[in-house]
Amino acid sequence: MNSGDTAWVLMSTALVLLMTIPGLAFFYGGLVRRKNVLSILMQCFIILCVISLQWILFGYSLAFGPDFHGLIGNLSWAGLKGVGFLPNADYAATIPHIVFMIFQMMFAVITPALIIGAYAERVKFPAFLLFTILWATFVYDPLAHWVWGTGGWLKNMGALDFAGGIVVHVSSGISALVLAIMLGKRIGYNHRPIRPHNLPFTVLGAALLWFGWFGFNAGSALAANGIAANAFLTTNTAAAAAGLTWAIIEWWQNETPTILGTVTGAVAGLATVTAASGFINPMNAIFVGIAAAALCYTFVAIVKTKLGYDDSLDAFGVHGVGGALGTIFLGLFCEKAINAAGNNGFLFGNPKQLFIQCLAVVVSSVFAAVMTWLIFKIVDALIGMRVDEKNEIVGLDLTEQSEAAYTVIE
Amino acid sequence: MKLIIAIIQPHKLESVKREMEAVDVNLMTVTNVLGQGRQKGVTEIYRGAKEAGGLLNKVRLDIAVNEDFVEPTISAITRGAHTGSVGDGKIFVVELTECIRISNAERGSKAIG
Repeated sequence: MNSGDTAWVLMSTALVLLMTIPGLAFFYGGLVRRKNVLSILMQCFIILCVISLQWILFGYSLAFGPDFHGLIGNLSWAGLKGVGFLPNADYAATIPHIVFMIFQMMFAVITPALIIGAYAERVKFPAFLLFTILWATFVYDPLAHWVWGTGGWLKNMGALDFAGGIVVHVSSGISALVLAIMLGKRIGYNHRPIRPHNLPFTVLGAALLWFGWFGFNAGSALAANGIAANAFLTTNTAAAAAGLTWAIIEWWQNETPTILGTVTGAVAGLATVTAASGFINPMNAIFVGIAAAALCYTFVAIVKTKLGYDDSLDAFGVHGVGGALGTIFLGLFCEKAINAAGNNGFLFGNPKQLFIQCLAVVVSSVFAAVMTWLIFKIVDALIGMRVDEKNEIVGLDLTEQSEAAYTVIE
Repeated sequence: MKLIIAIIQPHKLESVKREMEAVDVNLMTVTNVLGQGRQKGVTEIYRGAKEAGGLLNKVRLDIAVNEDFVEPTISAITRGAHTGSVGDGKIFVVELTECIRISNAERGSKAIG
């Protein structure tokens, strides 16, 4: 046991919480129209409430509990049975097991919250709630087990994912794409762009995401050591390179850079470097950031319009695309000189790692897509996923929550 | 009595007010409004999605005046808001049938100034 490590992981846990609320809540909240901002804040907030309980009741056991055929944890740690103050050497030898558990809880919370970006402004609240619980249980928990759980089959195959490129970003991003397509476009989406109602909120949210991401990535070292510092630096470097690159692309394409583009680029860089952050050299994080901005910009500004799906807040275009790109880049750039627990990548004489990373992205994408399709069908049959036309036009704040964010007259 | 409604560029509000004070017209109601004319709107870009022709910010003045002040007010607004390009705005003059000062129930021309 090491008190420095324990203190850092506890602190990182709080930083990751900050990413969901208020970080993501305000990042997304500013992007929607004023009639829907409270629905976004509510969805982010209630996910924290619901998944915090799901995690200690049975979610943690499904994800990290004793292995069942490499596919899922069994329920013997349900209710945190046996998860106490002593370390679990399989996961983190120098901190109490319960600290590892609560750090992972915040990852389980933010992942379904990222998906909100796909169905923003048109989902029924009860349907959202049921979808989230089912998705956390049948998509997130098994995927976390495959990649991170002791005995998980992707982990055993050698797939690397330092802080959740696959588990968090690919899973939520792909699910977001499937949802956006199944749910259909928002009313009026084809006629004109839907303008963000409060970009300062979005900038504030993005800044809090960047800040919290230090806990997400550097905390994933599960120790206060050089690997944590390396992850901290790769995280900052990729975000910086991606934010700058996105601004330059806009300058070139549209004659002006925008703050929305700059913060979107930074978040894309953060999502992209996540998988690789603890395994790569900080100088290579510059390439990760530049590639993240270029590819995510292509998806958000070009591919989305061409294919015509309404990924309202670009959950897929930023997190799905970035997460997949970063997981594959990890297979190129990872080196044992940085992290002995990792492996060498394609550029360091081990092409097989690149293949494993690509396979992991494909397998987890297919799994997330199929399960999301299935859960959507079930929830749609039981409750109906989408609000009716009148409520969508009036706005979800009034129709789903009976409250308004802004008064016109006192 | 006439009601003069002027739609002007927001950055011309101060110079219009100065010109109106110079001809002793001091009472007006000012509101922020959105609009577009021949100038068309501005183009806004959100994550690469362009919205051409978004409505522009304009300022609307509502000024009630007696007949003697109609032409001086119109020329004061014109002097203050003119740049010579499209987008400078418009002035509408409409008949005003009644005016009542709430504080002392004065009516008509007496109530306007």
